[in-house]
Amino acid sequence: MSSDEDANDYFEYEDDGFEDDEMDQEAPVKKDYDVAYNVKTLSQVIDMQKKAIANIQTVLELDASTAAILLRHFGWNSEKLQEQFFNDPSKALTDAGLSPPSSPSAHTSPLLPPTASSSTPPRITRSSKRVATPATTRSRSAVSIQTSFECPVCCIEYPAASLSTKTLALGCGHRFCRDCWVEYVVGKIRTDGESAKIQCMENGCHRIVKGSLIDQLVDPDTSQRYRKLLNEAFVSDTATLRWCPHPGCENVIECSQAPPRMLNQIVPTVTCGCGNELCFGCGFAASHRPVLCKLVKLWQKKCADDSETANWLQANTKECIKCQSTIEKNGGCNHMTCKKCKWEFCWVCMGPWSEHGTAWYQCNRYDEKSGMDARDSQAKSRASLERYLHYFNRWANHELSAKLDADFYKNTEKKMEAMQQSGNLSWIEVQFAKQAVDTVIRARITLKWSYCMAFYLKRNNQTELFEDNQRDLERAVENLGYLLEQNPEPDSISKLRADITNQSAYVQKRHDILMDDTLKGYLERRWEFSVDI
Amino acid sequence: MVLSISSRRLMKELKEIETKGTPPGIQLLKADDMETWIFLISVLGDETVYKGETFALKLKFEPGYPIDYPQVTFLSDDQYQPPLHPHVYSNGHICASILGSEWSPVLTALSICITIQSMLASCKKKERPPGNDRYVRSAPLNPKLTRWAYEDDTV
Ligand SMILES: [Zn+2]
Ligand SMILES: [Zn+2]
Ligand SMILES: [Zn+2]
Ligand SMILES: [Zn+2]
Ligand SMILES: [Zn+2]
Ligand SMILES: [Zn+2]
Repeated sequence: MSSDEDANDYFEYEDDGFEDDEMDQEAPVKKDYDVAYNVKTLSQVIDMQKKAIANIQTVLELDASTAAILLRHFGWNSEKLQEQFFNDPSKALTDAGLSPPSSPSAHTSPLLPPTASSSTPPRITRSSKRVATPATTRSRSAVSIQTSFECPVCCIEYPAASLSTKTLALGCGHRFCRDCWVEYVVGKIRTDGESAKIQCMENGCHRIVKGSLIDQLVDPDTSQRYRKLLNEAFVSDTATLRWCPHPGCENVIECSQAPPRMLNQIVPTVTCGCGNELCFGCGFAASHRPVLCKLVKLWQKKCADDSETANWLQANTKECIKCQSTIEKNGGCNHMTCKKCKWEFCWVCMGPWSEHGTAWYQCNRYDEKSGMDARDSQAKSRASLERYLHYFNRWANHELSAKLDADFYKNTEKKMEAMQQSGNLSWIEVQFAKQAVDTVIRARITLKWSYCMAFYLKRNNQTELFEDNQRDLERAVENLGYLLEQNPEPDSISKLRADITNQSAYVQKRHDILMDDTLKGYLERRWEFSVDI
Repeated sequence: MVLSISSRRLMKELKEIETKGTPPGIQLLKADDMETWIFLISVLGDETVYKGETFALKLKFEPGYPIDYPQVTFLSDDQYQPPLHPHVYSNGHICASILGSEWSPVLTALSICITIQSMLASCKKKERPPGNDRYVRSAPLNPKLTRWAYEDDTV
């Protein structure tokens, strides 16, 4: 099992109604900032479409393909469609790329050309006498005079007798050969990933190729691909639906409480039926609470742009400032001890650890004033880069630490299992470590995002509280991380277990306080940002 | 040997150009094979910001033509330079909707030239697209591999 899968497992937690882990004691509480939602399977999503299509079919007395095209055009808003259709059926149909009701070809098979009849004897072609006109403007009038037909795409000539089998036109009358239609439609589906909006081949013609016709034209595999794309389009066109972004999961989340206009005050985190969390607002494949979607997007772009600068920061090694030997970070804890000279320091700020354990702890805060003073002589851009790097470094560090915590736990787990087997511990006694690691990882992810938030947060009298909450959680997490890295020995295990359990409960409490206050802060409009949200 | 669809179609287009000629300001410079054609394009009249300039437009046809649109770029060599235009990158790549989502298989090499010519004719200010340098630095050789979208500088 990869550590990524492991990390995903750790994301199951209580905010929703899907918690089934027997080790979790707390009943789910729905908070003001949470959203209600449903998890739908792929077949339920297909049923949703079928139902909507069947309903329109009955109400407007149309065939299924036509009803489907209308619904897709109106973004699956049945009421709006019915209203517009009753108002002006022709307009509704034409706008959606369909034949108006008066057109004789609207409800008949497009395979039959309006004028050519199979009883007409094939004539010698006259098209060779036609004066060549640019293909863009060439009219398809050749069809109405019963003569052979030259496909304007491939320039192959078809005798009149084969028109009904070898060529076809949609309701708009633009005729092309069947082979060109097939190549065109297959390319649209397989190369361009188009489905609901495949239009007539004629330049500027918006007539839609119906699903029933596509099924006649393409091979079964492409047809299946087409159906799949239609489902995808249905979900992306429906504002209240979103695919679960986790690999291999085909579920869809339905949520009506998180429209885009609400995303400046809520972070609609949901848990899919597959057990993984996602953000309904932006589709991020994990919780990014407490940061707003827009800020996450800005942050990711910034990190990508500055990745060259940032890469070296993510490196897993640093040099001891006392003896210059290379130190590798192998656990999630920021409390580092140089193996060679025993110098204890903080991984994040490289400052002496002795200053971190006590009340004086400055590792979460970038003191803008003193920082600016110190960098007085340097260019302003350098200062802003350093400010960014300060937050990025902490952001990236928590991500790295969460991964390392998970790896580290695997070793602990083995050791504990051994102790369990040798009879020193019961199964239930072994579980506390797993729970504590879950808590640490979850808190680190929240802390990680809190640094993204802090980067964009404008300083006002409310931000102090945010930074205090962040610092308290950070300190609690580092302490717990440190405890988790202690080697469990049979004679000290009960003390360690008590310490870890207590510290874990404290981390949980600090975590909930930070989350609660920050998310409520959006609703109460307490936060101001340096960018437009 | 059966003629491929793209060759058959291009031969027909070539024949039409030979019999009917090209619109003013458009001239077929090279069509030695059914793969690469080069047209010279200039904007006529006094109203244009490109007065007196001539550009070379290269069309590269693939077997999927005309169901699929050709690769279209402005030449950038000792003799010709791409026009300074908000939809033309300095490497000759062009951001135009008919060379993408608005392509129709009934359009021809000549209709591409006409569209590009009118795109130049409507230009009021000579400038490169925003993000030109960044695009050109990482652009693929084939402009069809670029997913054209409007520049978003808000992020
Ligand atoms: Zn054809
Ligand atoms: Zn049409
Ligand atoms: Zn899922
Ligand atoms: Zn989001
Ligand atoms: Zn050292
Ligand atoms: Zn520190």
